[in-house]
Amino acid sequence: MSIERQELPPGDPVLAQHTAKRPAPGTRGLRAVAARLPLLLSAAVLAFFVLAALLPNVLAPFDPLAINPVDAFSPPGAAHLLGTDESGRDIYSRIIHGARPSLLIGAAATAIGLGLALLLGTIAGFGGKWLDFGVGRILEVLFALPGLLLALVFIALAGPGVGTTVVAVGLTTAPGYARMIRAQIIALRTSPMVEAATVLGRSRAKILATHILPNALAPIAVLGTLGLGQAVVWAASLSFLGLGSPPPAPEWGAMLSAGRTYLALAWWMTFFPGLAIVLVAAASTVLSRALKTAGAR
Amino acid sequence: MNATAPLLRVENLDVAFGETPVVLDVSFTVNPGECLALVGESGSGKSVTARSLIGLAGPGSTVRANALEVAGVDARGLSQRAWRSIRGKRVGFILQDALTSLDPLRKIGKEIDDALRLHGSGSGAARAARVVELLEAVGLDDPVRRASQRSGELSGGMRQRALIASAIALDPALVIADEPTTALDATIAAQVMDLLGGLRAAGSGMLLISHDLAAVANLADSIAVMQGGRIVESGPAERILGDPQHPYTRALLAAVPAGKPRFAPLSPASTRASTPLPDTPQESQAGGRPVLRAEALSKSFTVPGGPDFAAVKDVGFELHAGRTLGVVGESGSGKTTTARMALGLLAPDAGTVELFGEPWSQVPEAARRTRRSALGAIYQDPLSSFDPRLSAGALLADALSFGATRNPRKHAAKISELLALVGLDKDLAGRNPATLSGGQRQRLAIARALAPNPRVLICDEPVSALDVSIQAQVLDLLDDLQRRLGLSYLFISHDLSVIRHMSDEVLVMQGGKIVESGPTEAVFTAPAHPYTRTLLAASPGVVSGR
Repeated sequence: MSIERQELPPGDPVLAQHTAKRPAPGTRGLRAVAARLPLLLSAAVLAFFVLAALLPNVLAPFDPLAINPVDAFSPPGAAHLLGTDESGRDIYSRIIHGARPSLLIGAAATAIGLGLALLLGTIAGFGGKWLDFGVGRILEVLFALPGLLLALVFIALAGPGVGTTVVAVGLTTAPGYARMIRAQIIALRTSPMVEAATVLGRSRAKILATHILPNALAPIAVLGTLGLGQAVVWAASLSFLGLGSPPPAPEWGAMLSAGRTYLALAWWMTFFPGLAIVLVAAASTVLSRALKTAGAR
Repeated sequence: MNATAPLLRVENLDVAFGETPVVLDVSFTVNPGECLALVGESGSGKSVTARSLIGLAGPGSTVRANALEVAGVDARGLSQRAWRSIRGKRVGFILQDALTSLDPLRKIGKEIDDALRLHGSGSGAARAARVVELLEAVGLDDPVRRASQRSGELSGGMRQRALIASAIALDPALVIADEPTTALDATIAAQVMDLLGGLRAAGSGMLLISHDLAAVANLADSIAVMQGGRIVESGPAERILGDPQHPYTRALLAAVPAGKPRFAPLSPASTRASTPLPDTPQESQAGGRPVLRAEALSKSFTVPGGPDFAAVKDVGFELHAGRTLGVVGESGSGKTTTARMALGLLAPDAGTVELFGEPWSQVPEAARRTRRSALGAIYQDPLSSFDPRLSAGALLADALSFGATRNPRKHAAKISELLALVGLDKDLAGRNPATLSGGQRQRLAIARALAPNPRVLICDEPVSALDVSIQAQVLDLLDDLQRRLGLSYLFISHDLSVIRHMSDEVLVMQGGKIVESGPTEAVFTAPAHPYTRTLLAASPGVVSGR
């Protein structure tokens, strides 16, 4: 922590003034806003993309699928805010329309991952020694394969498509969450709080439902928010490899992949979809950190 | 009293955090070879005062003084760099919690060597020799081996001594010790106090900070009592202890349980539970059937890569209605393991526990559950036994309804009644326990334990985390409740004076075994076992009172 010291004239009874970074009363409001600026910006970014996912037609000026070869490869400008692609489709409109599949895939995958993890983590943490052992080995097998490889294996088995992408990404993120939930539950299971509830005569099921799970899930909610951004990146990666939404659907990863060929010619084709992915991932990270600090207080 | 200049001269010290003053107009001096004790409860400003003397009052603080001379240096307006040359070299600072003050990943010797090296003292070999010399000086056996151990490998008392060794490494003229023995067992605390006494005899000046007047009585030459950031009374130790003038000093002295008869109140009437006590002491039924009975309990724990650790060996006791059975012993003596077996939280390897004459430890938890309301428990750290998401009222509603509801409005009348019973304001029901003080939390824990209307309470170190004055209030409350409700207590503590004040019968435990048991007064006045005598010798004032 940085401490500013004020030098004082000799003989002054004030001997030292340790001033933590505390603003003068007049500037307090402004500073408070400045300190929360990243949080406010992140909330605004996410709100924008959620709105885009809900009402794409309100925000997008063009049809995302309308081919217009005359306008192909227009750079960003007044007519096309973020430029056009090789078929003359408006990039901005495609990003707006791409928000729905990207966010849906992210949210659904996170929900599947957390749900699976909750089940496995609770069984491992509360089910006794042998179940813990069994689940532990399953998680280790899942951990042994790199996440993307696991998703690819699953898609290879089940065939490409949006639904498969969701399950694949969920499956990839589940082991990490499951381990954290297990650790939370084990720590809580031996806590004085649970001991006190046992002494008051509560059953194991009651303690699990009223004390352990609610307290274990609070930190997991933070992880879920963090995971949302990550899942969007995962989904985009799979689409980039041609295993997600089929073309010509406007999906960020697929747009990134399509623009790759023309990178030297039309940088905006890859830059803006990439920016969208980065913004969602970064915003959800900032938001989850804010949740975490709020929870710690 | 001494011709030389004082080591510490403080005049009109004020410390404030932001707009909030925490230390007001504090003045004192410490001469070489002299020990001043600064005594007061948590929040009285004593620790902040001590920290200001080494330039560590903390971020956001403003420190003012008309004079502040530390070891001959005018410390007003010193830079952090100048402070660093004073800390360690001229002033040694000993903190309360040696476990968190020592780096768990570094060897003890390295930790002490740092202090020597940073102040440029001697070559590597000379420093290594000095480290061993210091560890020997603080009374650690086999100092060469200790120097290469890490703090986790040492016991609490050894860690505290290692910390003292690092604080005195550079022969500071002044030693400041902030609650140096509070976390320690009685025999270890006595040894640490002896060690500090040796330093003072060698000519060091000493400032001792404590919440417990009895703990400093043997060492301090003079005592300053702090309350609300001010020194309310100061003077020679004998005068303060023998003829206290200020009401707060008297209250602090009265709070010391040593030498006070059973059921004698320790706290001023104003702080006790509001309802007057209907004095209908439960007739003791020593001859009747015991409410809680343990026979030949044993419990071992597996230690990875070592032989099993026998935590409790062949422990038996009987607790009768309306009585208190005290269990005393140092950490690791098996007190808490015994309590957990009595509570049915831990299955004994051998032996049985009976509750009201019925099997308790041998039956499955499902069979115990319906009978659990008769047996309550309170712990050393009440906060960790509360669900952090629940308000005080919700905790009580949960306990009152046997887990059916957490809505405080469903049991509003009963909740107010319980809060009044333990001397808490009913407005506290809406608060989260984390925002309550230590004493309030323990009162709330007692209220929750009383909610199912138990007959027996198992109290595991219920007051050892509390200041002496707060401890007095909680002990009085427990006494009061016992007489009013006819409760039986299994009362566990490492503090002999607390045990003597609270118990009818007492068990002395050492290394998992009961070494002595019997009526409290008999055990304390004529201890038969050498270990009991050692414990008593280490607790000044318990035997004779004051």
